[in-house]
Amino acid sequence: MKRPIDLVVIGGSAGAIEVLHRVIERLPGKFGPATAIVVHIPAEGPSLLAEIFNTQPGLKVKLAEDKEPIAGGTIYFAPPDYHLLVEKSGTFALSLDERVHFSRPAIDVLFESAADAYGERLMGVILSGANVDGAAGLKAVAAAGGVAVVQSLESAEMIAMPAAALGEVPGSIEVDVAGLAELLNNCAQQRADDGR
Amino acid sequence: MAVPIADLEVRLLLEAIFDRYHYDFRSYAMASLKRRLGQACDHLGATTLSGLQERVLHQPESFAELLQYLTVQVSDMFRDPEFFRVLREQVLPVLATYPSIKVWVAGCSTGEEAYSLAILLHEQQLLDRTIIYATDINSVSLRAAASGVYDITRLRSFTENHRRSGGSGSLSDYYHASGGSAIMDAALRRKITFSDHSLATDNVFSEVHLVTCRNVLIYFDLALQERALNLFGEALVDRGFLGLGSKESLRFSTVAPLFTEFALAERIYRRKASS
Repeated sequence: MKRPIDLVVIGGSAGAIEVLHRVIERLPGKFGPATAIVVHIPAEGPSLLAEIFNTQPGLKVKLAEDKEPIAGGTIYFAPPDYHLLVEKSGTFALSLDERVHFSRPAIDVLFESAADAYGERLMGVILSGANVDGAAGLKAVAAAGGVAVVQSLESAEMIAMPAAALGEVPGSIEVDVAGLAELLNNCAQQRADDGR
Repeated sequence: MAVPIADLEVRLLLEAIFDRYHYDFRSYAMASLKRRLGQACDHLGATTLSGLQERVLHQPESFAELLQYLTVQVSDMFRDPEFFRVLREQVLPVLATYPSIKVWVAGCSTGEEAYSLAILLHEQQLLDRTIIYATDINSVSLRAAASGVYDITRLRSFTENHRRSGGSGSLSDYYHASGGSAIMDAALRRKITFSDHSLATDNVFSEVHLVTCRNVLIYFDLALQERALNLFGEALVDRGFLGLGSKESLRFSTVAPLFTEFALAERIYRRKASS
């Protein structure tokens, strides 16, 4: 990987929370890129995702807000029942547009808007999940010159989502949990080397 | 999205629409707008946005179709029940001190929020001395709103929301079922004035005591959001109330000093008294 990654977008559904846990705890305290995550969760009730993952002292974990500037070193989750989008101005946007693949937030919506805004400075990661949301999004990431990553089918609890993503982007980097952590750490290291 | 869209095409289309039809979408948040334009191309059978533009400019009926994609119409009655609970318990008692009450539902879409407020005001015995202005730019939505007719299958969640908001009666007291529809009570409809108003191009039309504008600002860019918030500040009486959507806030806005936080979790703000 040659180019510095400024934004990592991650999408997953069933079986993804556990993976995120294990990956986030392996991230360095100073993780340079911003990370935006869509996990399919029920729309009702307050989202505890940010609290659940706020375990790494150096990392800030929060729900993304509308028009919030995207800051490096921060992990953002899409709030429940809203689509999360990325604007070219480097801010987040939320929308209540209709569900995509029965999902709001939808991975495709985040990935496609992020691909449009960040191009080759973007890495897209599809984790375990039981539906096909994210496949079109990952294709957009790859088409815009970004890095496409998919959780390996052997390591995924549910394979429908990563399999669909691999179907759309056969050249994706396939990783297990340790591999993903390593990839993200390399990303951070590369940025640090570039003085970003 | 299937149809690749360049920013330039979007800007040209929006300029053209403004010039030809005087609808101003030029300051809408780009990412979601682009997505909806992609869907419009798919559904209206255009292979490029430029192709859609040509059609829209020459066929007003095509513009009418496109408008339904450009304006978002998601709305529920008593959406976010806690918001309505705080209105009921903390805001309406203040509004009750005014001899007459004016409420502005900005971006009312198909009217669900306006009827919710009418019901809330009725339950607090305030509706008789209230006028609700409900505005939107989408005339199709406004007509649907004024008719007060909703698919009966939606009423179940509306009823549950109403109950969770602390509603004293039953929601079924406020509509009658006919075929597959729920028709809102004429007494409620009479208290709501539905009219065309654009937060992008129009000005304040009345002094009001409460503005609700929920899940509208997320579709605006920062500049248009500021314009809208300034209109609300202008329209509101001193210490009048502003209710936003559950994921909207004044945090990234320069208008913030004009307001105080009244119930932050429910996104209810209060206009400061002018000095």
